[in-house]
Amino acid sequence: MKTLPPAADLRQIRQRAHTMRRHVLHMAEIVGQGYVGQGLGIADLLATLYFGELRHDPKNPAWPDRDRFVLSIGHYAIGLYAAVAEAGIIPLAELDTYGADGSRLEMSAPETTPGVELTGGSLGHGLTQSVGMALGLRLDGKSARVFNLLSDGECQEGSTWEAAMAGAHHGLENLFAFIDCNNQQADGPPSKVMGLEPLHKKWEAFGWHTQRINGNDPAAILAALAAAKAVTGRPHAIVLDTLMGRGVPLFEQREKNHFIRVAPEEWAVARSQLGEAAP
Amino acid sequence: MSTPRGVTGSILTSSTDGAAQTATAPFGHALVRAAEKNPRIVGLTADLGKYTDIHVFADKFPARFFQMGMAEQSLVGCACGLARTGYVPFATTYAVFATRRAYDFIAIGAALGRANVKIIAGLPGLTTGYGGTHQGIEDLALMRSIPNLTVIDPCDATEVAQATQVIADYDGPVYMRLLRGIVPVVLDEKTHRFEIGRAKLLRDGPDVAIISTGLMTGRALEAAAELASTGVNAAVLHVATIKPFDRESVAALMARVPCVVTAENHVVTGGLGSAVADLAVEAGLRVRLRKVGIPDVFCESGSIPYLVRRYTMGAPDIAAAAREVLR
Repeated sequence: MKTLPPAADLRQIRQRAHTMRRHVLHMAEIVGQGYVGQGLGIADLLATLYFGELRHDPKNPAWPDRDRFVLSIGHYAIGLYAAVAEAGIIPLAELDTYGADGSRLEMSAPETTPGVELTGGSLGHGLTQSVGMALGLRLDGKSARVFNLLSDGECQEGSTWEAAMAGAHHGLENLFAFIDCNNQQADGPPSKVMGLEPLHKKWEAFGWHTQRINGNDPAAILAALAAAKAVTGRPHAIVLDTLMGRGVPLFEQREKNHFIRVAPEEWAVARSQLGEAAP
Repeated sequence: MSTPRGVTGSILTSSTDGAAQTATAPFGHALVRAAEKNPRIVGLTADLGKYTDIHVFADKFPARFFQMGMAEQSLVGCACGLARTGYVPFATTYAVFATRRAYDFIAIGAALGRANVKIIAGLPGLTTGYGGTHQGIEDLALMRSIPNLTVIDPCDATEVAQATQVIADYDGPVYMRLLRGIVPVVLDEKTHRFEIGRAKLLRDGPDVAIISTGLMTGRALEAAAELASTGVNAAVLHVATIKPFDRESVAALMARVPCVVTAENHVVTGGLGSAVADLAVEAGLRVRLRKVGIPDVFCESGSIPYLVRRYTMGAPDIAAAAREVLR
């Protein structure tokens, strides 16, 4: 059975995002550290896509007509695993193996894991391959679309802009790029490491239909998707301003939150701050 | 002088080594033949369509051809994406740009993911007089160290054409060196059959083995003929596939000759000569070995005949190496 995009139900999307955040904390607690901030920060986008937009078949992740979700930023795997488990592509129980030796849920997502379209992690690859996928799907006359998730820091890679040129040059209206601006990369905020702003104007200048929204608001994401789909002949950039660690103030406020090290006693605090039910 | 149709522009004309017989744009025409049979074949280039002979394909199948501009990372990445939607992309540029600029994209996008991508790399070794920026002298060393990747250095027009069809049928990432424009014909298309991973014994002889790859095989055959006229009988083993390396054929030949000369259109570090030397030691073979190839330098610009002499890459140099190792 193919899962078609359900009528967007904001309440359900918010509930899923909350559940995915609980999965993220669960996985991170097992390994004691990790990309918790990214997993929490991107949960709203992933919930919106997997439960409001993507056409896919959980029983057949390789369905040729599926929409592709392409994770450039392999270290966001913790967020993606939460989403694909929640979507039924991998068993929920498997989340217990996150980051363990021999597990297919590696800390940077490998394409051998169901629901992972390609091996990201070496940043600047995802959009180049997404361009190729979008060209191939168009050549096949398929209506399937490609949704690529990049990060702000990834926009420092030259290949991102090579691909941005190609997407616009070839008029790939079936290509959507989400750029997660969480304002944190390995060595600090991009403004200190290598300035990017005004980032949305760069995408605009490269010929993309561009919007900039609050990436932690599923309603804004749905509205941006609707607006993007109404534009033809151009690829679509949706720049997301997100809060790392969203939903867990303990992590939201941590200064160095690219790769969070968590003291054992902090997990209970984090869980209680997130809460049992969606806010 | 007018340029014949389907031939690379005259500024960078190919050197044909004074060949008696040549073929024009063998890759481009072979790709068209393969694409007529397989509608999933597509082509891409990074602003080098005319100079990599893929313009022949682009003219025939414009809807299946994608111009990517001067952006080699995007070229290879896009090809990988096309492969992931079930296409068989042939992506062309020069060897220097494919391997130096897009290495990570070949390693991760194509090889780690086993994407069905064919990277076709022009101007291998000393096939251009344009200088160090354009001469792909170390690409085989780089490519051969990447897991999952098949690496091919064809000898002539016959093999370029055959290999194009073979790699189109093979499911997996391939890096193939391209001889473009007017290309010498060395091998007889009626008797030669290119196979991935299989070296071909083109001539047998008990005195010395010349193990060669790429266009150096034509020169190795010339050298062997010259040696024969002086009573030295040389075998010539053509190793078109650098990876997977045909260890069995190479070791079997080395086991029955006292000395070996390797010949490659590539630096002598990390290419065919190194693979042969590794194998000889691993197999416990006691052979004397000389490597003919580009020394550990960036080459000058100049005419091809001048460069071949300057860097001792000609048939006489192979014959001289054989005499030296026989002493």
